[in-house]
Amino acid sequence: MERTPVLKTVNLGITFGGLRAVEDFNIEIYEGELVGLIGPNGAGKTTVFNLLTGVYTPTEGKFYLSGKNMNGKKTHQVVAEGIARTFQNIRLFKQMTVLENVKVALNSKYEYKFFASLFRTPKFWRKEEELDKEARDLLSIFNLENKANYIASNLPYGQQRKLEIARALATGMKILLLDEPAAGMNPTETAELLECIKIIRERFGIAILLIEHDMSLVMNVCERIQVINFGKTIAFGLPHEIANNQEVIEAYLGKNED
Amino acid sequence: MSGSLQTLSDFLQCLIVGLRLGSVYALVALGYTMVYGIIRLINFAHGDFIMVGGYTLFFTIPAMLAVNDKLPIWLAVIVAIAVCALVGVTVELVAYRPVRKKGTNMTALITAIAMSLFLENLAQAIPAIGPNYKIMRRMFSNKAVLNFLNISLDWTTLLTILIGASVMIGLQLFVKKTKLGRAMRAVSEDKQASVLVGINVNRTIIITFAIGSGLAAVAALMYFAQYSTIMTTSGTMLGLKAFVAAVLGGIGIIPGAMLGGLVIGLVESFTTGYISSSLADAFVFLILIIVLIIKPAGILGKNVGEKV
Amino acid sequence: MMNKNTKLKGYLVNTVALAVLLMAFLILNANFKTPFYSVVFIPSLWQISYLIILAASLNLVLGFLGQLSLGHCGFMAIGAYTAALLSLYFERAGIFTDKKAPVFIVSILVSLLAGGLLAAIVGIIVGIPALRLKGDYLAIITLGFGMIICNVINNLPFAGMEGLSKGSAAASLYKTGLGFGNTLKTKYAWVAIVITILCLAAMFMFIRSRFGRAIESIRDDEIAASASGINVSLYKVGTFVYSAFFAGIAGGLFACCNSSLSTASFAFTNGSILNSTFIVVMVVVGGMGSLTGSMLSAVLMFLLNYVIKNVIKASGMPLFVQNLFKYPMLVYAIVLIIVIMFKPKGILGTREFSLVNTIEYIKGKLGKKAVKEGGSK
Repeated sequence: MERTPVLKTVNLGITFGGLRAVEDFNIEIYEGELVGLIGPNGAGKTTVFNLLTGVYTPTEGKFYLSGKNMNGKKTHQVVAEGIARTFQNIRLFKQMTVLENVKVALNSKYEYKFFASLFRTPKFWRKEEELDKEARDLLSIFNLENKANYIASNLPYGQQRKLEIARALATGMKILLLDEPAAGMNPTETAELLECIKIIRERFGIAILLIEHDMSLVMNVCERIQVINFGKTIAFGLPHEIANNQEVIEAYLGKNED
Repeated sequence: MSGSLQTLSDFLQCLIVGLRLGSVYALVALGYTMVYGIIRLINFAHGDFIMVGGYTLFFTIPAMLAVNDKLPIWLAVIVAIAVCALVGVTVELVAYRPVRKKGTNMTALITAIAMSLFLENLAQAIPAIGPNYKIMRRMFSNKAVLNFLNISLDWTTLLTILIGASVMIGLQLFVKKTKLGRAMRAVSEDKQASVLVGINVNRTIIITFAIGSGLAAVAALMYFAQYSTIMTTSGTMLGLKAFVAAVLGGIGIIPGAMLGGLVIGLVESFTTGYISSSLADAFVFLILIIVLIIKPAGILGKNVGEKV
Repeated sequence: MMNKNTKLKGYLVNTVALAVLLMAFLILNANFKTPFYSVVFIPSLWQISYLIILAASLNLVLGFLGQLSLGHCGFMAIGAYTAALLSLYFERAGIFTDKKAPVFIVSILVSLLAGGLLAAIVGIIVGIPALRLKGDYLAIITLGFGMIICNVINNLPFAGMEGLSKGSAAASLYKTGLGFGNTLKTKYAWVAIVITILCLAAMFMFIRSRFGRAIESIRDDEIAASASGINVSLYKVGTFVYSAFFAGIAGGLFACCNSSLSTASFAFTNGSILNSTFIVVMVVVGGMGSLTGSMLSAVLMFLLNYVIKNVIKASGMPLFVQNLFKYPMLVYAIVLIIVIMFKPKGILGTREFSLVNTIEYIKGKLGKKAVKEGGSK
């Protein structure tokens, strides 16, 4: 039986005022897979994420989530369908507490009507209690439960990254897009992050698409890797294939002129 | 006179009034746009700089004539320019700069509103000014330059348009051709990079404030030459409309301010002439709203989204 | 950790406290009849009521949603004019004749509610286009809408210059049933108090729910909010409309306690204290993101205004100083500048005053000397 990929893109591309930032981007990611997206600075990796989350509307091609076309959907709609992401430069709700940060993302899962909140109906209390519990459960995966009432911006850097991932998980996604999660982390923090990613995969069994600069990290955790440069895919395959791919080495180190 | 000729002369009259209004708006809009271009702040107090300029003219003219009554009245504008520039620079140094250093965009904007309130109400508290309006001396002759087919063009109107045009050309040359003008453009493009190439950013900002506020004094001359009553809130509405003009043309872009000023002047003049004077202000804002919704960056502006 | 029971206890404590206060007030109101009470205290109470609602409702947009709106008074104007026109209609239709009868106060309440609803509808019309913009642009577009609203009201044949009291710029409100004198203000003081409490409660319920969390997340980071599944534009417009509704109610209260109505009162800035800028001042001083801060600041600002108007004049200070204080907005401008420069988060920041926490705190202080158990909870 043929499996439907969680995420599938067909010749996805975008042009900004004459500049083709991404073109002919094709990828298929299946449930439980961890795929790496790498490439030199300015290659268009984050642009791919922005396309997949509805921040930009693709000018060419289509993309599908579990077979459903996602073109033209707004960010919050894409998220509701099941694509969650983190950001290269951490974007937390800085003035809100750690717990509230996660609760925001759980908002659409525990719905109640405006009047339920106005009159504090039993449904309101029930939903809020369930929501509170799930939020704390998520925090405990990342060992943040005892920091639930901290203001998010007061967390150390590594924990802010974790909180951002916890928040993304709270949206109840099918695929998680991680944009350079290890950027700016020290080796200990990176190791912890790897542990987290492992736990996420075990607990949630979701697909992950990872942008990362840290080559050793990518080579370690990813099952498949896709390399883009100047918006075009230049290679894809297993980690060891990528490591020995001449074009990839050239893209990163420059062409050897001899 | 035949009906169609009357229609034509009505139209031309509206056009002339519109150009006159537009020149004033354009000059004020330049002040907004220069400051916005360089520090990304709507200087709400800019309208009140016009009021400061107006009162300076009001007090300087009699003093000047007492010294020598042969001097042309408009010469008082030099004092007004100096006073406005001083006020502008003081506001920047005392309020805007400290808040810019530690605050958010919103606190900066609220500071600007506070400065506007402060200037307006401080002026009221000064006994020589007070809350009631004063009548300004006539600055230019109100004799007609030409009177043709019921269209009248007086000296005030003609001079307003001429002064406006020459100031705008002069400013454009200054920004394009001089070293200081280039520094201003550089700072508005990228502050950090400007520091790296050796531009004194703070000095450039101060000079921008001085020039922008000086322009408000010139605008005051042009405005009060036509409308001789002055009060402490005289600058508020004028300032707001000029700001609309700046946004309309594309804020931060000097030719945009000129274009926007002219458009707003014409809209106001034609609305007053053909629809209703009490709705003219509403029309001005309606145009702003339409433009902002269709093309938020203004007529000459480029749309830039937030980087994710 | 806050669980449902401690929360419920909080609601109970607050409700009991409010009920006790209201009862105490009603008893006071029935027995206390000094001139100071009915000429100064009661009118002040009415003014403070609408100031509190105005500040708190703008805070929803400014402090919680993080969008600067400079046209809040426009919605207030809609509320005031709607309430006035509707109660005028009720009066002409003979629905109420005696201002002491219960039917009178019911029709007034209906008028106020209608004012709020119409303000909310206009809020939708204004909010949808305006909230596509951010920051400076939003500020200026809301300012523009505020002006247009006043301009339109002025040009309506049945309101503004020609309406309410034919031809007079300052329309007299006495004929409409609104524009209460001091006797009516005293008699119906509970109305002002109850409306204020209900409005504030409705705002608190909104903030302390998933809706409140959503709009705070928009304030902190719009892009991250939408990436967390929040429909940013819907919540923005929703909050704006909700806020406009309360501004409309406040406008109705304003019409209740003033003798005349003119759109000049609802401008962006003017000589008196009631204008859109002043509401911004109240919110910033109280703390953007604190409803109790807005309440506190509204009271303080009112007192400041009272002191400026009455005490300074009678104090025999030098004329120059008196002159400086003659224009309350000058003082407010200075207050605003000082707050922005030295305490940019306002008095309370984003914190809220909580009766339960205060009681716990006092208990803790008292319990320290006694047994340890008393203080730990």
